[in-house]
Amino acid sequence: MPTSDYDPACLPDLLPLYYRRLFPFSQYYRWLSYGGVSKNYFQNREFSFTLKDDIYVRYQSFTTQNELEKEMQKMVPYKIDIGAVYSHRPSQHNAVKSGTFQALEKELVFDIDMTDYDDVRRCCSAADICSKCWTLMTIAIRILDRALREDFGFHHLLWVYSGRRGVHCWVCDDAARKLSVAARSAVAEYLSLIKGGEETVRKVVLSDPIHPFINHSLSVVERYFCQYAIVEQDILGSKESVDKVLALLPEDILSFPVVLGAQLTVISLSLTYFDKEIMLQYCYPRLDVNVSKGVNHLLKSPFSIHPKTGRISVPIDLKELNTFDPFEVPTISLICEELERPRADEAEDDDVKDKENEQEAGERRRIRDYKRTSLAKYVKVFDRFLEAMARSRKGEMLQKSDLQKDF
Amino acid sequence: MQFPGRRKKLIGSSQNDLYDHCLQFYGQPPLENISLTEFETFAVERLKLLKTVENLGVSCVKNSEQYTKKLDAEISKFFFNKEDGISEYEKRRKDHISHFILRLAYCQTEDLRRWFIQQEMDLFRYRFNDLHSKHKTDFLHKNNLKYETVSAEEKKSLQDKLIASSYGLSGTKVEEHDVYKVPFQDALDLVRTRKVYLLAGNAYIPHHEIVTIVLNDFRTRLSKALAMTARSLPAVQSDERLQPLLSHLSHAYVGQDYSIQKNIGKISLEQIDALSGKSFPLCMRHLHKALRENHHLRHGGRMQYGLFLKGIGLSLEQALQFWRSEFVKGKVDADKFDKAYAYSVRHMFGKEGKRTDYTPYSCMKVILSNPPSQGDYHGCPFRHSDPELLKQKLQNYKVSPSGTNQILELVKGMHYQLACQKYFELTHNVEDAGFSLNHPNQYFTESQKLLSGGRDIKKEVDMSQRSQENPASVTRPSQANSKQAHEEMGDLDSFFQDE
Repeated sequence: MPTSDYDPACLPDLLPLYYRRLFPFSQYYRWLSYGGVSKNYFQNREFSFTLKDDIYVRYQSFTTQNELEKEMQKMVPYKIDIGAVYSHRPSQHNAVKSGTFQALEKELVFDIDMTDYDDVRRCCSAADICSKCWTLMTIAIRILDRALREDFGFHHLLWVYSGRRGVHCWVCDDAARKLSVAARSAVAEYLSLIKGGEETVRKVVLSDPIHPFINHSLSVVERYFCQYAIVEQDILGSKESVDKVLALLPEDILSFPVVLGAQLTVISLSLTYFDKEIMLQYCYPRLDVNVSKGVNHLLKSPFSIHPKTGRISVPIDLKELNTFDPFEVPTISLICEELERPRADEAEDDDVKDKENEQEAGERRRIRDYKRTSLAKYVKVFDRFLEAMARSRKGEMLQKSDLQKDF
Repeated sequence: MQFPGRRKKLIGSSQNDLYDHCLQFYGQPPLENISLTEFETFAVERLKLLKTVENLGVSCVKNSEQYTKKLDAEISKFFFNKEDGISEYEKRRKDHISHFILRLAYCQTEDLRRWFIQQEMDLFRYRFNDLHSKHKTDFLHKNNLKYETVSAEEKKSLQDKLIASSYGLSGTKVEEHDVYKVPFQDALDLVRTRKVYLLAGNAYIPHHEIVTIVLNDFRTRLSKALAMTARSLPAVQSDERLQPLLSHLSHAYVGQDYSIQKNIGKISLEQIDALSGKSFPLCMRHLHKALRENHHLRHGGRMQYGLFLKGIGLSLEQALQFWRSEFVKGKVDADKFDKAYAYSVRHMFGKEGKRTDYTPYSCMKVILSNPPSQGDYHGCPFRHSDPELLKQKLQNYKVSPSGTNQILELVKGMHYQLACQKYFELTHNVEDAGFSLNHPNQYFTESQKLLSGGRDIKKEVDMSQRSQENPASVTRPSQANSKQAHEEMGDLDSFFQDE
C-alpha cells in the first residue's frame, strides 16, 4: 500500500508544509468565489478552524485568496469547516447590529456516515470501515447523485471522501445555494426512506403505489445486493443474522428468505413488498437530515485533513466510482514524503522562474508541487468540476445577454 | 390604507378593473372612503362568517354534504343585501374591505393571528374549490402564480410515473385534467412527503393538488401582511372612532345580547334549583351550587351569575331577595347585605351609578376575561377547570363515559363552546343541539324551548302533524306548555337528584 505510516503526532510538522506547498488555494478560492457574480461572496463566507489542543474558532473570514493563505499558514488548523455566506463579514459579526447578521446562502450538503449503518453491517462498527462495507457508500452515492440530478435538476455536485468513515456531497448550483431551510429539509425528507432508531426493527415500509424515485433507488440496490449482502456481508451466513433478517418480516406471515438467482426473494403468502423493504433496509443511504437542513451548518472542508487518519478529504471521481478505494486515498504523511523526493527535470525551471514575481513563483511552485504527489489526480477532479461550473455560468450569461440583445 | 371618513366616494368606472375575479389574495388594501356604519357592519358580518367556518370545521367533516350546505348558506347570507340584489362588484368590495378591517382587529397577538389565518384559509379553500376549472386557472394567472400546464404529449409520456406518484390519480384523470409544472421549491409539502413526481427540478402537480400549493401561498402572504399590520397598528388605534370598535371585534360576541329582559317574573325563585340542573349551562350550575353551599360568591361570580339570572327573567326585587336570603345564611347579616351587596345588585340592573343596564356575559367574555383564581367559581369550566376535575364533575352529573370523552376531546382542542354544546346535547338527550352556542342565556332559552316541547327534534314531526289536524290545541301554548313542562320537570328532577 502506497501509504506512509501516519502518526498524528507528526501533524504539527506536516501541516505547515501542507498549507505552504500543497493545499490547492487557487482552485479553492476559485470555487468559493463562484465567478465573482455575487459581490463579496467569498469575503462573507464563514470558515471555522480547530487548532492544536482542540481550540475551536468560528466566524473566520478572509478578504482575498492571499489573506486566506497567510492566515491558514499562520494558524495551522487541524480541521477546517466551511459555513454559510453571511450578510456581513463573519469576522466582524460582533460589530453588526444584533439581528441583522444573517446567514444568506450556502451549498446544499449531505453527510453519509458509515456509523449510521451499524445495525445492518456485520464486518465493522462505529468508526471502522473496510472494503466490504464501503459498497454501502457506492450505493449511496449512485442513488443520491441520480436523484439530485434527475429529480431535482441540480448539475454541479461535488462528492468528497470525508477522510474516515463517510462521504459528503456539496450541491453547488446557484439555485441550491439559495434554498431556504424548509426547502432543504423537504429535499432531505424526499430522499429519506429509513425511518426509526434503535427502537424500530422494521425501518422501511412501502405501500402502493411505489413512487418512481423508490423504483430508481431499488434498481441501484438490486444491482449490488447479491454481491454486497449475501457474499460480502454474509447476512444469511449465521443463525443470528438470518434471525435479524426474519425479524423484519411481520409476525403473522409464514415465510423464509431464499436466494433466487441474484435476488433475495421472500417466499410468502402475502402481496406486500417484503423483499424490497429488506433490501432497502440493508442498503439504502442513511442521511442525517439535520446536516442538510441548516443554512448555517458547518461542514468539513474538501482538501482538509482528517486528524485521526491523516487522510485528505478528496473529491471523488464518479466515473471511477466502482474502483474508488478509501484506503488508497493519500495521507498527509505520504504526500509530504512524496514532496521531498527530488526530481531531476525541475532544476532548470527553477532558475528561469526565479526572476518572476515572488507570489506567482510561489504559486507555480505549488502547482508543480502537488502535481508530484498522489494529490494530483484529485485536484484534477476538482478542476474539472470547476470548469463545468464556469462553462455553465458563461452559458447563462450568454443567454441573458441574448435575451437583452447585447452584442 | 386611508382611514374611513364620512361620505362614500367611489371611483366610478374602474369598478371592473379593481375586482377582476370573485376571489382574491387580498394583496392590495382598499383605497376608498367608507362610512363608520359600513365599517362596523362589514366587520361584524365577516366575523360571523368566520366563526361559522370555525364551528363547521370542527363539527362536520370538511367537504361533506353537511359542511358544504351550511357553509354555502352562511356565505350567501354574508353577500346578501337586503335590497333588491347585490351586484357582483358590491360582493367583491364587501369581501375585500371586510377582510382588511378584520386584519386590524386580529393582528395583535400570535393567537389571534393564528385563528384568523386558519379561518380565512378554510374559507378561501372552500371558495377556490368551488370555482369552475377555468376560473381556477384564471385566478392562478391573474396572481402571477407561474404554473404552466403540461402539454398533452408530455402528459402521455409521463403517465405511468404520474400515476405512481400522486395520490388518487388515474389514467383518465391525467388525460382529462390539467397537470401543472411547478418549480419544486413551490411545492415543498408535496416534495417532503414524496407525493408528487419530480423531474429536472419541477414538480408535476395534478389539478386537485394545486389547491394545497395555492393555500400555502395564501398563508405565507397573509402571515407576512398581519405582521406588518401589527406594526402600523398604534397609528390606527389612536383614531378614537376606530379604537373601541377594533378592541371589541377580537372579543366580539355577535348574537343576541339578552339585555332586554323578556319573561320578567316568569321564573319563580323556587324553580331556580331545579332549573340549575336542567337548563343552566355548566358554568352557571357550578356557580349556583357554590352559592348554595358557601352562601357566598365573590365579585366575579356575582357578576357572571347575577347578570345571567337577570337575563333569564329575574326581576330586581326577586334578585335582591335571592341574594339576600342566601348571603344571610352565611356570614353576612341582613343589614350588612343591604349596605354592601344590595347596591351592587341594583347596579347590575342599571338602577345605580351611571345607570348602565349591564348585559349578561357572552361565552367569549367568560372564556377570555377575568380568569378565576383560588376561591373563585366563575369562568368557563371547560376552559378553566382542570380536565380531571371536569371529568369527575361530568360523571357526577351522570354524563356517560363516552360522552365525557367527547367533551374532553373538544376541550383539548380548545373548543370550549362546542364542549358546552356537547354537554347540552348529552344532558338533553338530543343528537344535535340545533344551535351554535355563544351565550349562557342562549343555552338556557334553548334548553327551555326543548324541554317544553317547542323544538324537540323527535317531537317536531308530531307537532307539525298535530298542528295541522288540531289547530285549536296549539293556540294556547303557554298554558299547556307550562303544565307539560311541570310534569316533565318532575320526571327530570329525579334524573338530576344526586349531586
